[in-house]
Amino acid sequence: MAVAEATAGASAPAGSTQDVAISVRNASVVFGEDDDQVVALSDVSVDFADGGLVTILGPSGCGKSTLLRLVADLVPAAEGEVSVFGHTPEEARRRRDFAFVFQDATLLPWRSAIDNVRLPLQVGGGGKIEQHASPEELLALVGLKGREQALPHELSGGMRQRVSIARALVCRPKILLMDEPFGALDEITRDKLNEELLRIWQETGTTILFVTHSIPEAAFLGEKTLVLSAHPGRVLAYVDVDLPHERALSIRDSLEFVTITAMLRDLLEKAS
Amino acid sequence: MPPIAAAIGLIVGWQLIITVFGVPQFIAPSPLDVINVFGERGDILWLNFWPTFMEAVAGFVVGNTIAVLLAIWFVHSSLAERAFYPIAVFINTIPIIAVAPILVLLLGNGFAPKIVIAALICFFPTLVNMVRGLKSISPQMLELMRVLSANQREVLFKVRLQSSLPYLFAALKIASTTCVIGAIVGEWIGSNFGLGALIIEATYNFRSPLLYATVILGAGLAVTFFTLTTLAERWLLKWRPSAAI
Ligand SMILES: Nc1ncnc2c1ncn2[C@@H]1O[C@H](COP(=O)(O)OP(=O)(O)O)[C@@H](O)[C@H]1O
Ligand SMILES: [Mg+2]
Repeated sequence: MAVAEATAGASAPAGSTQDVAISVRNASVVFGEDDDQVVALSDVSVDFADGGLVTILGPSGCGKSTLLRLVADLVPAAEGEVSVFGHTPEEARRRRDFAFVFQDATLLPWRSAIDNVRLPLQVGGGGKIEQHASPEELLALVGLKGREQALPHELSGGMRQRVSIARALVCRPKILLMDEPFGALDEITRDKLNEELLRIWQETGTTILFVTHSIPEAAFLGEKTLVLSAHPGRVLAYVDVDLPHERALSIRDSLEFVTITAMLRDLLEKAS
Repeated sequence: MPPIAAAIGLIVGWQLIITVFGVPQFIAPSPLDVINVFGERGDILWLNFWPTFMEAVAGFVVGNTIAVLLAIWFVHSSLAERAFYPIAVFINTIPIIAVAPILVLLLGNGFAPKIVIAALICFFPTLVNMVRGLKSISPQMLELMRVLSANQREVLFKVRLQSSLPYLFAALKIASTTCVIGAIVGEWIGSNFGLGALIIEATYNFRSPLLYATVILGAGLAVTFFTLTTLAERWLLKWRPSAAI
């Protein structure tokens, strides 16, 4: 495992042929007006490889959500640049290059599961997307076959989050931005969804940025983990997670896994 | 069934008190007198029922439609909200009984002033609730719609309107009974038709069985509107977990 200082070139391993999906260059994000300004991100530079699964870890308030929201065109950069497959975040948003999964499933309560998955195809020019995935197949992919007509209040928290993941995948986005998507779920549900997310990642080849404040979750899911430090939000480290590509939950009992989580915990202590 | 039994008990009690104490009819009629009026003077009652019915329905539709459209405008333009909301609050503070004569002077003695009074009385609760309902969507839902590049119209039709329905119906249930009050109050002032006019006439002529029958008809109208609104709410809000009750 290599701990790399996150500088412009450090994210892509030397000699790698992997394309860059998202590139953030010297980006800063500032909230508020003159007097009570909050610098949420300060001079962040990082690359995310196409097809990779990067977990983003850091103490609360360090700017993890802000980083995702910067990529998603939900907050503007005060300085620096963000490029998503060579486009600005706004262009990428209009092209539906990315989808966002929130901590809360954010479903429309009057729509059935399947109709919630269809929402992205019905607004913002989504109707013109021809290569979209089948909502029925996506619900099957997330393990909700047979519950297509269920209303959100008839589903458990875990199932609702599965619907929201299916909804995120319906336009076949190149990038999935996930902000603590399993943070509100119980541990057993969370474990199961972690495994399923890995399976979905492998089946779809989507680039995933996954924010979490759980160290085991960051290590279990990530090919790489980006560790942020707080006040102001900066990149502290960008580490490779040296675990086999095929991961089962039992890997969490292995020595390698424990070593990695110990290292991440160490970094987090420095971060806060 | 207990409510029906209780109601029958009360009516029987009322009849007994009138008979036992020999209360004169012009002070308080017995239930039998009132029932007789429905048979004997049914023609006058129906003749005056329809204008009130039409005014109440028209006032309900006009007042609530304007309130809903204004709420939609307010939610999309904070300038409009800041400019007109205080005026709406001010209009609401004027007692409706006090403006009624002014409206009659302005609009004449036809249907118009009654409809306007019924509409005014419906307007404010709906405006307040609708603005709240349209704004009741979570910031995260708005962000989701933004990530999907949805425009204002799509946010309105796909998210805001449905989210506002529980708030809207809370107001419509109030409006469904107050619109009848509005129409009747409008008919109190120099009108020669409608349940309101009949109430005034029956009172001045000590025709208390007719007065009671008219009041019962007005109450029946309000209860019918309320029931219809509640049924519409149940049907449109089937998706709510509590709607099953
Ligand atoms: N809309 C906002 N307005 C003002 N400050 C904000 C806003 N969003 C985030 N912040 C501030 O920016 C910092 C980073 O927030 P965030 O990215 O949500 O942290 P994290 O997701 O890592 O917990 C925090 O100090 C937070 O208070
Ligand atoms: Mg956050």
